[in-house]
Amino acid sequence: MSDAAKLRVRAWRGGAEGRFQEFEVPRRESQTVLDVVTHIQRHLDPSLAYRFACRVGMCGSCAMMVNGKPRWTCRTHVDKVAKDGRLEVAPLANLPVIRDLVADMREFFDKWARARGQFAPTATRADAFAKVEPQSAARREADAGIECIGCAVCYAACDVVSWNPQYLGPAALNRAWTLVNDARDGDKAGRLRAVAGDAGCHSCHTMMSCTELCPKNLSPTRSIAGLKRATRGVAFGEGE
Amino acid sequence: MSVRLEARLWWAQRVTAAFLAFFVAVHLATMIYAVRGGLTAAEILARTHGNAAWGLFYTLFVFAAAIHGAIGLRTIAAEWLGWRGTPANAAVALVALLLALLGLRAVAAVVIP
Amino acid sequence: MKRARSHPGWWAFIVHRVSGIALALFLPAHFLALGTALSGGARLDEFLRWTDRPLVKAAEWILVMLLAAHLAGGLRLLALEFLPWRDWQKSLAALAAGFALAAGLVFALAR
Repeated sequence: MSDAAKLRVRAWRGGAEGRFQEFEVPRRESQTVLDVVTHIQRHLDPSLAYRFACRVGMCGSCAMMVNGKPRWTCRTHVDKVAKDGRLEVAPLANLPVIRDLVADMREFFDKWARARGQFAPTATRADAFAKVEPQSAARREADAGIECIGCAVCYAACDVVSWNPQYLGPAALNRAWTLVNDARDGDKAGRLRAVAGDAGCHSCHTMMSCTELCPKNLSPTRSIAGLKRATRGVAFGEGE
Repeated sequence: MSVRLEARLWWAQRVTAAFLAFFVAVHLATMIYAVRGGLTAAEILARTHGNAAWGLFYTLFVFAAAIHGAIGLRTIAAEWLGWRGTPANAAVALVALLLALLGLRAVAAVVIP
Repeated sequence: MKRARSHPGWWAFIVHRVSGIALALFLPAHFLALGTALSGGARLDEFLRWTDRPLVKAAEWILVMLLAAHLAGGLRLLALEFLPWRDWQKSLAALAAGFALAAGLVFALAR
């Protein structure tokens, strides 16, 4: 790869209203999109706003739209996505823009809370340790989904999120499912009520964009399918 | 609309889907059989006139299709037209009713001699 | 239409939705046509003869394909939502497409 080769990069500038600004960035071996964005900010335009933290694919802070797909820029090699030497970076979709490449994550986490994505304890430190059988079906279901780090790539990828403003989204529902399967949790009924209906699991159309793009290879679709079965009681059970 | 009712709509959609899978399979097979060598009114009516079994089959088919289609259209109206709330729900209920009435009329037309 | 859309799950969704809309629009027309039999078979026969033209036959064939596609896609969803999850279930989309095509072929050949 010639070092004289250049990348043509279009980066979003502004808020909800704005425009793409073009930059020319030198191409390097094993370059990631994060390298590219960092180069722009350090050498071409210091006013460019963007997020990153760990740089090594652990924190999810660097998530943004790369050529139309939500990805972790630190884990996206330029060679893989800029086939014709062109790159377009934009803030994560389905979220308000704070500035340039930075999206406002509050709504994402608000929905996490609305889906009751918090553990509801039933024991105290005075009680004995809970015994959870790791190979039990429930624990394996929970384990399949608990590695989520809340990066919002799935949320940005989901068409239902963009069409249905109330939809809680794949990450929130996935987290709720892990807790529904947690034998120690004390709010199963409340959580199932929180994730049912048009704002919840019943709006998932199994498009699986979330599963396609999750950088941790999770399957929110699988979790949401589980919630669809688990919420039968919300539709037909007693109470309410 | 309550979460409970929204969840019930989803279940109604799935349950009617399961029934429709059977109805559509039978209907498709029947149509593939029936259109061989062309199709005339006499052929259709010879099969369905006075036939209580077909009458029952198509009546159930009509109800399932009306419910299933209306609930589906409700989702599409909400997601692609941004149409939600009481007026949208009322319109969808009307669509279900209309489909059911037209369908029952069609069943009557081909079954009642 | 950017975003991550060129994967099987997304195509399965859009086919299912578009076929559903087409069928929902077709159904009232279908019911009205059959309803003409209320006044005896003559009007229905007249209608059937009207449909005896290539464009209508092509449209009917497309409709049968859409019906088969919607059915296959629906069965895929019922499997994904009610059966225990298996990762290979992604290929159910391909299976559904295959079934729809097969049904269309059989219908075309039956004429």
